[in-house]
Amino acid sequence: MPRFAYSAFSLLRHGLTGHRRWRPAWRMPDPKPHYAAIVVGGGGHGLATAYYLARTHGLTDVAVLEKGWIGGGNTGRNTTVVRSNYYFPASGQLYDLALRLYEGLSRELDFNVMLSQRGMLMLAHSHHDMEFARRTANAIRRNGIDCQLLDQAAVARRVPILDISADARFPVLGGYRQARGGVARHDAVAWGYARAADRLGVDIIQNCEVGGFIVEAGRIVGVETSRGPIRADRVGLAAAGHSGVLAAKAGFRLPITSHALQAFVSEPVKPILDEVVLSPATGVYVSQSDKGELVVGGGLDLHPSYSQRGNLPVAENVLSGLVGMFPCFANLRLMRSWAGIVDVVVDSSPIIGPAPAYGLYLNCGWGTGGFKAIPAGGTLLAHVMATGEQHPIARPFGLERFRDGALVDEAAASGIPH
Amino acid sequence: MMRIPCPWCGPRDEVEFRCGGESHIARPDPDRADDDAWAAYLFDRHNVRGAGSERWLHRHGCGRWFNLVRDTVTHEIRTVYAMTDPRPERDP
Repeated sequence: MPRFAYSAFSLLRHGLTGHRRWRPAWRMPDPKPHYAAIVVGGGGHGLATAYYLARTHGLTDVAVLEKGWIGGGNTGRNTTVVRSNYYFPASGQLYDLALRLYEGLSRELDFNVMLSQRGMLMLAHSHHDMEFARRTANAIRRNGIDCQLLDQAAVARRVPILDISADARFPVLGGYRQARGGVARHDAVAWGYARAADRLGVDIIQNCEVGGFIVEAGRIVGVETSRGPIRADRVGLAAAGHSGVLAAKAGFRLPITSHALQAFVSEPVKPILDEVVLSPATGVYVSQSDKGELVVGGGLDLHPSYSQRGNLPVAENVLSGLVGMFPCFANLRLMRSWAGIVDVVVDSSPIIGPAPAYGLYLNCGWGTGGFKAIPAGGTLLAHVMATGEQHPIARPFGLERFRDGALVDEAAASGIPH
Repeated sequence: MMRIPCPWCGPRDEVEFRCGGESHIARPDPDRADDDAWAAYLFDRHNVRGAGSERWLHRHGCGRWFNLVRDTVTHEIRTVYAMTDPRPERDP
């Protein structure tokens, strides 16, 4: 397939022809009867998996099956934060692999994912928070990841609109900050991986829901879909909150519970917040998008749910926490709120590796923090699907850790304890 | 917003309750269960999409536990029954 690079020159050229000659960024192929590999789930993780299967492992006979449209699930529903400030060495390696790949992703994919490493600040609201912030910051630095402990004055310099007064509803004593943290355009990550994978020969098949698995001699050899049976030498699952539904069709259970996680977007305002701010105590994280909207997230709806809308008590909790920290946001109106279905694991760490069914591989359990991990999730699932061996970074995250009692207990995937 | 029918206090706002997760998880004999069976007991869940049995606690009310059959897609509550009752055969 000819390569059409995106560049300032192509923008100028298409501008001169009234932007009528842009070609679709990926094809809309019909499914073939057989592929070397199938990836179920056309979100960021699934598309990245297909891309790395083709680019890193030379496996181009690959299909991505998406029940809706690509990036229409959690990839288009998150709060776009990227960071790698994790406590345990295994997590640090995993999430920093993702962040390092994000740092080169626009060039790699020839698609501007609008990575903005504006810094990510975790607040401490009490002396105990401050002690734990110090401990966490040291652990992160020991993992080889940039992290800085900030006192109250440094926090105030960085986020002047934060209420740090003595009688603040949530007093601020300091925090810790990862300068390489920030945000990326979530849709662009899905679209960039889709376009790049398509150009390497991957078939992206939308409106194709997987309803079951084809099993022969105890091995999964394909999937039953809404567009007919499709066979494959190996199948990868990257279905986030719906992983449990697919696992049940393959005859096993996962240590996962699906919850709704809400997010909110305000009306756009002028630049006022040049930082991603997260408060574990109030259960709020907030950043300002390039359009000027505040993008706000919070804790889970704490009961199992497959409904892509949240309940009001959690929304009230998140927004009251936001206004408690930033009184100047009290008069803002919300434009939208929504929820994504996230796959929560007891240790808030992902599950990557072979499934209990032969021929099937898992990439799930990212819970509330999957977006930041997309390049790593894709790399690691592609590795195990192509080679049959776990990538060294993925080894601590296999399903066997539950049997072996070797949990990677991060307590929270999005920084908000659930 | 859910209104949850506590069997002792009547219908109350969801903020008074805490969800205790999936019901009817049978604890295997710890002296006989192997590591796989014990891990399955501790961690594996059916994670039902649709009507599933859940334990709930009326934390800010009577403080008692009970079971619900609740639809995880619509959040509709179909059946309320006691902690010691078996799972309903089918939805009424």
